[in-house]
Amino acid sequence: MGDMLRVVREDGHADPATDPKLSKDEVLALYRFMLLERTLDGRMLSLQRQGRIGFYGPSVGQEAAIVGAAFAMEPRDWIFPQYREPGAALVRGMPLTELIAQFFGNEKDPIHGRQMPCHYVYRAGNYMSISSVVGSQIPLAVGAGWAARIRKDPIACLVYFGDGGTSTADFHVGMNFAGVFRAPVVFLCNNNQWAISLPLRKQTASETIAQKAVAYGFDGVRVDGMDALAVVAAVREAQRRARTGEGPTLVEAVTYRLGPHSSSDDPTRYRDEKEVEAWRRRDPIDILRNHLVARGVWDADADKALHQELDDAITEAVHAVEAAPPPPLDALFTDVYEEMPWHLREELEDIRRIRGGGG
Amino acid sequence: MPPMNIVQAVNNALREEMRRDDRVVLLGEDIGRNGGVFRCTEGLIDEFPDRVFDTPLAEGGIIGTAIGMALYGLRPVPEIQFLDFIYSAFDQIVSEAAKMRYRSGGQYSVPMVIRTPFGGGIKGGHYHSQSSEAYFCHTPGLKVVVPSTPYDTKGLLVSAIRDPDPVLFLEPKKIYRAFREEVPEGDYTVPLGDAAVRREGKDVSLFAWGYMTHVCLEAAKRAAEKGIECDVVDLRTLVPFDLDAVLDSVKKTGRAVVVYEAPKTGGFGAEISAQIAERAIEYLRAPILRVAGFDTPFPYTLEDVYMPNADRVFAAIQKAMTF
Repeated sequence: MGDMLRVVREDGHADPATDPKLSKDEVLALYRFMLLERTLDGRMLSLQRQGRIGFYGPSVGQEAAIVGAAFAMEPRDWIFPQYREPGAALVRGMPLTELIAQFFGNEKDPIHGRQMPCHYVYRAGNYMSISSVVGSQIPLAVGAGWAARIRKDPIACLVYFGDGGTSTADFHVGMNFAGVFRAPVVFLCNNNQWAISLPLRKQTASETIAQKAVAYGFDGVRVDGMDALAVVAAVREAQRRARTGEGPTLVEAVTYRLGPHSSSDDPTRYRDEKEVEAWRRRDPIDILRNHLVARGVWDADADKALHQELDDAITEAVHAVEAAPPPPLDALFTDVYEEMPWHLREELEDIRRIRGGGG
Repeated sequence: MPPMNIVQAVNNALREEMRRDDRVVLLGEDIGRNGGVFRCTEGLIDEFPDRVFDTPLAEGGIIGTAIGMALYGLRPVPEIQFLDFIYSAFDQIVSEAAKMRYRSGGQYSVPMVIRTPFGGGIKGGHYHSQSSEAYFCHTPGLKVVVPSTPYDTKGLLVSAIRDPDPVLFLEPKKIYRAFREEVPEGDYTVPLGDAAVRREGKDVSLFAWGYMTHVCLEAAKRAAEKGIECDVVDLRTLVPFDLDAVLDSVKKTGRAVVVYEAPKTGGFGAEISAQIAERAIEYLRAPILRVAGFDTPFPYTLEDVYMPNADRVFAAIQKAMTF
């Protein structure tokens, strides 16, 4: 797999040469967000199977890369997600109730049921709205970073995409513009080895994703995406470079999608379970937990209590939002434009009349 | 102020808006030192060296990064060198810019104006001539604006830049330098969504936008020599278009001819025809007629045959009158 940045050793201790030196509170918070994302995924997939939410895209196996990268950024930095990063939204302070309400798409959903599950947004945390189109967020992140540079704001943008995303035209134009304009962007490729059914070796003939950065005139680094501390270390350095005018960085987090692409996907159709099992032995949650234990700040009781606490928090959030009614009829027509033009007003009035007043 | 042509009106509007609002930035191919291939941005890089950007040659990158700038709080005005080159940015326009306000529940918006020359008449063949406004009119969340005079060009462009939503601003390249008129210096706007009646008449309504407005005026002049008085309505904004202006005219004349350069099938003129049919059929004394480009790719040598001209519009006027 070539040279990769790693921090947590087999014995659970951090390699002093690469350790980002998180405080005890920081490393516990990191673990908490990762475990929350894992727990959320399990619960939401189960809600989907029960027919209570329509769809879900789990991130199992990628929590270190997702949470670690968001954790390494500063709050005023902007995050441009792909669509598999609920842990990043949680790091940004998005309340569980808002996130879960988006999955239900009901009246409590901040975006009024307009998008399928997993397409949430949280402006208060500089967490951008999500499109399902792979790669289209990449030029947006570059433009926002470029704008920050024009305004002389010392911030950076973090943009997530997968190995599949690196094949898109938007990846190319985004990387190229970022290189030319030295946009303060951290490109985080979550190389999870599979783009639905397509394995990495059929996605690109490039030996690594990271090496693609060379052609755009900036650095690419490869990091063990199962090692949250390694991701934090790599993204912190990339963020520092971006913020201080040293330009963009491509970070390739080598990871694995342990679950299906989405609730509609059956990965047994295209990949060998033995491969999954091999990666499962490097579960990012286990790796960070071993580190916490080795560091002497964690034990089985604490872990059990945290599992319970997070599970309860999710249960509580589901209960708080699930029973809400569908969004009001108006919400179908508002926000297309800032001010509703005549044709939308007319369409709203027509459907209101046909449905007999009310919503 | 000396009279201006459309190119000068674009330049003047951009310059004044950039002076007024430091969030306004320009980006595109060859728009800096070269002033744009049509010279619309000439000299702006001298006054605003940090806000005019020559970009790499990638329309998807120009629009994608402009959207990011707008999200961040700037007011980008990207230029696409020819509308014919916009398609590699189509996904960014349709999937990102147009849907951003809606899909984010109003948390984010994309106040951006995409300026681009469109239309035929310059011997540009397939890829420097097309009028593909219908694709964009079919995209909720976008506004589509088409000036036909220098005065309107400035007033509409200023309105578009100040608009909170993404606007596609289509500049009729055939008449970029065709004529000049008085364009006031300083602040004025032409509101989006208002049509202009360019000529009044009681017999036939002609509906058009951009260069076709002038074709209609020529046909109307010829019709007047035969004693037929035409109303010529320049829509100016296609989304949202001025329904009242369309209906007022049709109710007065009872005859409608819709003129557009794009391929006839599914063109925006078909929408105007349908709206008239739905709302004013009882006023009609003749079928609604369309004079449009043909359902072929835009041709090179025979472009004069392809593009609607006064002869074809006049023929439609006569057909409507003799029905």
